Amino acid sequence: MFFIFFNRFRLLSVISVGGPVNFLSAAQVAGNPENGWINQAIRFWTFEDSSILIIVLGVLLIGLNCGLMGGYIVTRRLSMFGDTLSHAVLPGIAVGFFISQSRNELALMLGAMLSGFFGVAIISTLKKFTKMKADSAMALILSAFYALGISLIAHLQQTTGSGAANLENYLFGSLVGLSQSDLPPIIFCLICIVLTFVIMNKELLICGFDPSFARSIGLPVDLIHYFLWVLLAFCIVSSLQTIGVILVSALLIIPASTAWLLTHRMSHLLILSAFFGGTCGLLGCFLSFLNNRLAAGPIIVLCSTAIFFIVLFFSPLRGMVPSWIRRRKQGKKIRWENTLKACYQVLEDSRFNDQSFSQSLLARRRRKSDGEIEKEVDTLIRQGYATRSRKVSLQSKELLSESVLSLTPKGWEVACRIVRNHRLWELYLTKKASYAPDHVHDDAEKIEHIIGEQTVRRLERILSNPKLDPHGKPIPSQDDIDRGWISSAKVAPQG
Amino acid sequence: MKTNLPSPLEIHDLTVAYQQKPVLYGVDLEVEEGSLVGIIGPNGAGKSTLIKTVMGMIKPEDGYIKIFGKEKQKAITRVGYVPQRESIDWDFPVTAMDVVLMGRFGHTRWFRRVGKRDRMFASECLEQMNMLPFANRQIGNLSGGQQQRVFLARALAQQSDLYLMDEPFEGVDAVTEKAIIELLKKLRDQRKTLMIVHHDLSTAQEYFDQLMLLNLRMIAYGNTKDVFTNELLQRTYGGKLTVLSEVGTRKVTEHVSSQANT
Repeated sequence: MFFIFFNRFRLLSVISVGGPVNFLSAAQVAGNPENGWINQAIRFWTFEDSSILIIVLGVLLIGLNCGLMGGYIVTRRLSMFGDTLSHAVLPGIAVGFFISQSRNELALMLGAMLSGFFGVAIISTLKKFTKMKADSAMALILSAFYALGISLIAHLQQTTGSGAANLENYLFGSLVGLSQSDLPPIIFCLICIVLTFVIMNKELLICGFDPSFARSIGLPVDLIHYFLWVLLAFCIVSSLQTIGVILVSALLIIPASTAWLLTHRMSHLLILSAFFGGTCGLLGCFLSFLNNRLAAGPIIVLCSTAIFFIVLFFSPLRGMVPSWIRRRKQGKKIRWENTLKACYQVLEDSRFNDQSFSQSLLARRRRKSDGEIEKEVDTLIRQGYATRSRKVSLQSKELLSESVLSLTPKGWEVACRIVRNHRLWELYLTKKASYAPDHVHDDAEKIEHIIGEQTVRRLERILSNPKLDPHGKPIPSQDDIDRGWISSAKVAPQG
Repeated sequence: MKTNLPSPLEIHDLTVAYQQKPVLYGVDLEVEEGSLVGIIGPNGAGKSTLIKTVMGMIKPEDGYIKIFGKEKQKAITRVGYVPQRESIDWDFPVTAMDVVLMGRFGHTRWFRRVGKRDRMFASECLEQMNMLPFANRQIGNLSGGQQQRVFLARALAQQSDLYLMDEPFEGVDAVTEKAIIELLKKLRDQRKTLMIVHHDLSTAQEYFDQLMLLNLRMIAYGNTKDVFTNELLQRTYGGKLTVLSEVGTRKVTEHVSSQANT
């Protein structure tokens, strides 16, 4: 009586936490913990033991398999389906074991496949004959089959003892269990997947993208769909022992989702997805070898999740960090341009009589404190847009020193351009888009920075090279920019 | 005026049911070559169903369809199809060019890749719809009008003699609508036959040479000026044929159960 109770307790702990068997701790694989991790790494990458080679090969191939298969699962929005299928195979493994009374690969695999398809069949029946939506039906089958699988395995372990001890590897995955005899099914699966994808590339593409069109050109869409299911089931079953029922769907979904962040072409997506899958497999395997307390399945999945987030943040096109940097750069550029524009306006206020102007005038124009304007001007000087000198003057018997600025040719050019953009846009809005003249300023404040030379040319043509903006101020022309100065005669007297 | 050539589309006593409810009931139709036909009728009249049945996506309960005098499977490369916009997954990783190339798949045998000439031809089709500059854009990143142009380019790439289009004017801007109708008229002038599902009565008269009025039954088919009459439109849009619908349900249900018994 006590023994039975004890046995149950042991089982529970094995199933819920994952016993030591799951970990890469078997003597032939794991290194001696006293060796440094560098030694360990060398041992791993030189494949010192043939068992390491087998494990590395197995995990790499599984990563490729799941990555490729995942490309189709994710783009067809079948992620939940893949998850369900991977859980639904569990009872079949227990039954296969029970019938063959051993860990016969073929029996386990056959059982898993059958159980998976049974689950899928129930889902489609539920969808057909009840009002149940697909996601609920899948969640139902997923949990029911998973529960059934765990119960069966627990029962088997109680009744048959040590023979079934390895069955819980199917829950959490184990690298140790990966032996030479496990490789052929994985390799065979990879060959099937690659062949299918190469040969039926266009049929699969069109069935995924536009099934009704695919039907219209006579493709057996449903048949192709079922065929993909078989392939998916095969892929899942061959990876189960290593990755585990719970996490195999993650390896299907995450590398493919990562690839989808990077490309919008199916062929590229598949290649990238396979690449990410393989990398995650290798990396996870390596990490769990370094620290033999880490179970491989979870580590592999964590690696792929990490890669997903790295890509999400740093991918050059749509990554969050690069776009944040771009926005920052743009913000900086807008700030210089605004300062330069204010410089132009200060010069304009003096009717271009003087080529230099005091920094305090600029501060007043920008409505900023002296300290703030000092910083802005420093940036301009660093960019080579302006120069600063000190002018000492005697005013009411006091010696005053003030900073005097002048624009470099480069600074003059940018300032002119930005003022021109602003005034041209204002003119365009009032003349062609019938805005009121007092409504155009705020919009032009934004547009002036992003309008671009090509649009400016077009605006000039549309407005037939205008001289004055809606407020009567002159629009700097290309001529003014080239000459580097505006003659004061050109500035209309202001009322 | 009958010629010896088989008609592009012949529908004979077609009855179609969705989940044991009839959607089309005893439809007869024969379309002449080079017709530009608008299929109009209220929502749920079976317009899309008719097209899908012709395309072989739905199995009819009764009746048959002949395309150029043959079964659909044997004339498959002679029929082009533009599906409704909703049926498409816009996030799918394909570019505009990929989509147009799909039009060549019907001419490419299983397990074969599309060749260089197919690519050239697909580019030409894109060019014809003014969409070549967008060839490498992902399909979801295009505007509604541009997407529709891509799908018409795909239809062009199919090089078919009979085209069936399910609401090609849905969700497009006025410029695209004009471009589409010009293309349709050009295709008609090349002796192609076009059947267009359309829901906008105000433009139907102007766009199509022939109209097919449909509401469960085919109400009328003929030249636009003969068919676009108050009386016929009233019959098409005014109320359902309730008795026919009910009796039809019974008939179809019994038909199904008698099949199940044998």
